[in-house]
Amino acid sequence: MEKMPKWADVVLIPVISLILAALLSALVILAIGENPVEAVNLMVTGALGSTYGWGYTLYYATNFMFTGLAVAVAFHARMFNIGGEGQAMLGGLGVAIVCLYVPWPHWSIALLAACAASMIFGAAWAAIPAYLQAKRGSHIVITTIMFNFIAAAFLNYMLVNVMRPQGSMDPATARFPEAVQLPTFQSMFSTAENVVFRGAPANISFFVAIVACVIVWALIWRTRLGYEIRSYGKTETGAVYAGISPVRITIIAMLISGGLAGMMAINNVMGEAERLVLNSTEGAGFIGIAVALMGRSHPFGVFLAAILFGFLYQGGAELALWTSIPRELIVVIQALVILFTGALDNMVRMPLEKVFLSLRKGAE
Amino acid sequence: MEFFVTLIQVLDSTVRLATPLLLACLAGLYSERAGIFDIGLEGKMLMAAFFSAAVAAVTGSVWLGLLAGIASSLVLSALHGLASITFRGNQLISGVAINFLASGLTVLIAQSWFKQGGRTPSLFGGGRFEPIEFPFVDAISGVPFIGPIYSELLSGHSILVYVAFLLVPATWWILFRTRFGLRLRAVGENPAAVDTAGVSVVGLRFAAVAICGVLCGIAGAYLATALQAGFVKEMTAGRGFIALAALIFAKWRPWHAMGACLLFGLLQAVALRFQNIDLGGVVIPVQVMDALPYILTVVILAGFVGKAIPPRAGGEPYVKER
Repeated sequence: MEKMPKWADVVLIPVISLILAALLSALVILAIGENPVEAVNLMVTGALGSTYGWGYTLYYATNFMFTGLAVAVAFHARMFNIGGEGQAMLGGLGVAIVCLYVPWPHWSIALLAACAASMIFGAAWAAIPAYLQAKRGSHIVITTIMFNFIAAAFLNYMLVNVMRPQGSMDPATARFPEAVQLPTFQSMFSTAENVVFRGAPANISFFVAIVACVIVWALIWRTRLGYEIRSYGKTETGAVYAGISPVRITIIAMLISGGLAGMMAINNVMGEAERLVLNSTEGAGFIGIAVALMGRSHPFGVFLAAILFGFLYQGGAELALWTSIPRELIVVIQALVILFTGALDNMVRMPLEKVFLSLRKGAE
Repeated sequence: MEFFVTLIQVLDSTVRLATPLLLACLAGLYSERAGIFDIGLEGKMLMAAFFSAAVAAVTGSVWLGLLAGIASSLVLSALHGLASITFRGNQLISGVAINFLASGLTVLIAQSWFKQGGRTPSLFGGGRFEPIEFPFVDAISGVPFIGPIYSELLSGHSILVYVAFLLVPATWWILFRTRFGLRLRAVGENPAAVDTAGVSVVGLRFAAVAICGVLCGIAGAYLATALQAGFVKEMTAGRGFIALAALIFAKWRPWHAMGACLLFGLLQAVALRFQNIDLGGVVIPVQVMDALPYILTVVILAGFVGKAIPPRAGGEPYVKER
């Protein structure tokens, strides 16, 4: 018998963890001599008070949906893919190659090709750690960390020595041609008299991310492969007994995970920067960890958590602009969310389970 | 002769750069030998770097700075212990959280205290660890070969460098020649057996995590008060992860850890001194040197060149009864 009703596990625990993280963040803001209530007000107006704010919030959220889904899929196979950052960097390389070296007639075809390229590059970067985990037993966490650093060095090399246009000092590729520029929310939703999302980077990739959420949901809960991934994640011995190959599941789950992380590049590289720069991922690969933990590895949870983090990111940028609170506050909040929803999960869970057990005894 | 001078300079810089790696690597060694994975070495070092520099800048005493650095690192260790030992949470996730916590808090506090864009004021005088000159340096430095080795390579480092290298035999002795060390290793391999023998698994693991905190604290303080003069944002620059790589490379053994850290320190020193290395036609770009520690670690992890097998109970929270 379950110790707690399902809703408590799915909703109550994340909400309590989030409240704890928020309270501690408020204390941090107090400690550096600022007013937390004002800070929250500023964040809400800055991130949600205008279509411009929403445009940034949803842009960040798109990144976090891809990386969050990537971590979530790996979690289902009980693997911790900490390499989303590197996989997203490589995804960016894939997008840049496709956009720069192929003359596309229309952005829609280019987007499809970019999706495929980013997925392939991201998955390829996850493939070696996956193979080493499956065949050689090297710990996936350590290898993916190492691959993040190798990816950073590799990208640095590619940008400085290979892809940088002649005469340019900047370690970045040339700007992508106009034909592959993705439609932004501004061009999609503005009318002649009413311009919305002016100058905000949110673009059509947001909808691709939502489609990805739905596909991942269907994959995990509605297909045979998803069932195999979940059963392998629940109990390896049981899965082996049922004829599920651990090698196959490990590799496939990591390929999907890497592919999703790589796809983030259609948003930040193709949709926003329109060229590949150093450190284009800006830590989004790591935020995926917080997003997946908060979203309980469910695509819908990931969707909500990604929007929450998008809000935090845009709100944090506004805070840094108008107050003396640096952007790093968001990193602290992110750390607290990971801490409470991930590592200190039992701290919230154990007392709650006791409460529910005693409630149940009282009812009998 | 010119080659020899360059060699000595590169080796001297190797020793300086290997020291923080070595301290963090030994820190991880204690923790992981006791079955607690720690990918939060980076965060603890960063936190210690900031607090040591901040306290040293305010008080003018580098020793108070060192203590503050160790204390701040210990607080993060306690958090890691709480999450991964007391509440049996995921040790890796806890480590990730600690890294972010340190990365954010250091800049936040630095900005709030010093208002210099997330750095501390530059340290000078008593706020820094000064190099220690060995006796008779002046007399011997003129002697060919032995002179430069003695006066440049061995002498003239800060005290923390010597501490770090003395900690290698000390760690070996503690782990392999004392009762505490035996129990510490046992708790990382088979905690149930240790528990059956009537020794506290929780106590031992907390002790290991605390030692890890102290060593990371020294490593961070070395970065900010000896290697450089003050704290700057993200100054650890992945050293915690290189230390982790060195630990795996060394297969969780103290003497090998020193070898691995010196090797990775050498790579950093070479990358610092020569940008792109020209080997008669073939140019090795500097990025290869940057990535080499990680590539070597992956190769070792893959087990193609001597397999690295972590402590058996590593990463698993200990539950007394099922």
